[in-house]
Amino acid sequence: MNKILEVRGLSKIYGPGCPQCLESTGPEADTNLCPHCGSVVAIHDVSFDLFEGEILGVMGESGSGKSTVVKTLYFDQAPSSGEAIFFDNDRQYDLFSLNAAQQRWLRNHRFGMVYQNPNLGLNFNISAGGNIAERLLMSDLMDYGAIRERAKALLARTEVLLSRVDDLPKHFSGGMQQRVQIAKALATQPPLLFLDEVTTGLDLSVQARILDLILEIQQELKTAMVVVTHDLGVIRLLTGRAIVMKYGRVIETGLTDQILEDPQHAYTQRLVASAL
Amino acid sequence: MNAMSHNQAGNAYNFGFLDEYAKKEVRRAILKAIAIPGYQVPYASREMPMGRGFGTGGLQLTLSLIGPNEVVKVIDQGSDDSVNAVNLRRFIEMTCPGVSTTTATAECTLIQSRHRIPELPLTARQILVLQVPYPDPLVVVEPSEDKRKTMHGEADYSRLLVKLYEDIVKFGEITISHRYPTRINGHYVIDPSPIPRWDVPKLNDSAALILFGAGREKKIYAVPPHTKAEPLAFSDVPFRVEDFRDEQGRRRACARCGCVDSFLDEFVTDSGSKTYQCSDSDWCDMQLRKARQTQGEPA
Ligand SMILES: Nc1ncnc2c1ncn2[C@@H]1O[C@H](COP(=O)(O)OP(=O)(O)OP(=O)(O)O)[C@@H](O)[C@H]1O
Ligand SMILES: [Mg+2]
Ligand SMILES: [Zn+2]
Ligand SMILES: [Zn+2]
Repeated sequence: MNKILEVRGLSKIYGPGCPQCLESTGPEADTNLCPHCGSVVAIHDVSFDLFEGEILGVMGESGSGKSTVVKTLYFDQAPSSGEAIFFDNDRQYDLFSLNAAQQRWLRNHRFGMVYQNPNLGLNFNISAGGNIAERLLMSDLMDYGAIRERAKALLARTEVLLSRVDDLPKHFSGGMQQRVQIAKALATQPPLLFLDEVTTGLDLSVQARILDLILEIQQELKTAMVVVTHDLGVIRLLTGRAIVMKYGRVIETGLTDQILEDPQHAYTQRLVASAL
Repeated sequence: MNAMSHNQAGNAYNFGFLDEYAKKEVRRAILKAIAIPGYQVPYASREMPMGRGFGTGGLQLTLSLIGPNEVVKVIDQGSDDSVNAVNLRRFIEMTCPGVSTTTATAECTLIQSRHRIPELPLTARQILVLQVPYPDPLVVVEPSEDKRKTMHGEADYSRLLVKLYEDIVKFGEITISHRYPTRINGHYVIDPSPIPRWDVPKLNDSAALILFGAGREKKIYAVPPHTKAEPLAFSDVPFRVEDFRDEQGRRRACARCGCVDSFLDEFVTDSGSKTYQCSDSDWCDMQLRKARQTQGEPA
């Protein structure tokens, strides 16, 4: 199996930071807030690999740093330290040593992101089709007819009614907004997709259909994904491997089945037990 | 060159109104603008004795470029006789003694214009200065100037292109009538000022240097001679200029000179019917003279 992503020692501290930040935070300290300088150690020393076509879960309670992991990898935020290598066919990119333009190019062409809040992933003032067109135009597709065909095909694939291609997504239901976001993320057929709590807050039946869609896409396109969620049901359904986070640190990592059947860390045991 | 001159009240003005330091600064910005075609160069826009929005940006360019042998033409929406054009021309005559003004496009060396590019093709010995109210074409999609700068730097115009996409979706065509976003030399997209689409192709491979001045926004940019200027469009929905055909598909003619290949202004006559006339008044006069000459000459 080909490696897509290699993350090593990824850290993000909000605030000035001080020499005691790291020893004063984390699962043992039971906080991510440094009592000495007031900085938030959102994540520290996060490492993992992701392989072609694989779905990796990132789980943990609210504030444990899950979103921060994907935000740094998608260049929404710069990490404080750490390294990430993206392997793209024959090329490899050292993500955090690229300049802003190179990062933007990767973001637009080779990565996709689906946010919990569709407001972050979609421009609500342009049509659903226009949102997808924007991503295609970023990758220099300049043929109106081709753009339109592709936008329609993507919306059809994500089961958005074609009669709504020219409607503003702000008038869509939450589930449909997520489908448009997924269609947009897939527009350039990226080998790597980040999904941050994409079903949180949706009705259960709507959730189930979107999760099915994600699985189908993974099987059809062999897209590698990092799925962030605090929902163990989502982890169980989608992911093959997972990492468990607490106060910014990875406390457990392994095959999802193993983690859920036989959690090693006391915190994970409680987490799994409470979800049963 | 006699740098000082006097108006009737006896107040001393520098030739060209601006002091030499201010002119140098504008000229430096112009040189930079020429070196980076389409890039908006910031400059310290001076207070002029007229409200911003009355062409002060263009005027500062004009005054910085005027030499003693200059022949200057000022037009507003194609006309040399509109109040604005007349006022600007008077101001130039008053502050630049020795400089001559003209309405003839063929005779001038420097043109300051608002909303039009003359119909008569410009030549290498001419400079066109266009007055610009809104220099940044990205302002419609991005409110933050910092972000716009990054977008320009990376030639990221996808959000502008989405506007065109949405236009075609809604109206079946691109409906932008003025300020048509145009890519210069394959990189920077400019707002070419409120010229009609008709004039946009004249930016491409122009023999004359074309300068843009935005007084309020303090920006100068340029389309240097023989530079590529491409209106944004899709490969299968090409850019089109205004269509002046009537209901029968015939090209409308200027009611005054009969010209069938100029940009026409529409007027409503007293009887309520529509009539059309060249927007470029000098062009219209030229065509009229030509027609009279051919009529007057014995066959
Ligand atoms: N911009 C910021 N400035 C300061 N602190 C921040 C910022 N963004 C996140 N944090 C903090 O970093 C920590 C990790 O946040 P993150 O959003 O990654 O958590 P999460 O695991 O995704 O939580 P949730 O499940 O609630 O989405 C939290 O304590 C959060 O308050
Ligand atoms: Mg989160
Ligand atoms: Zn600290
Ligand atoms: Zn005419």
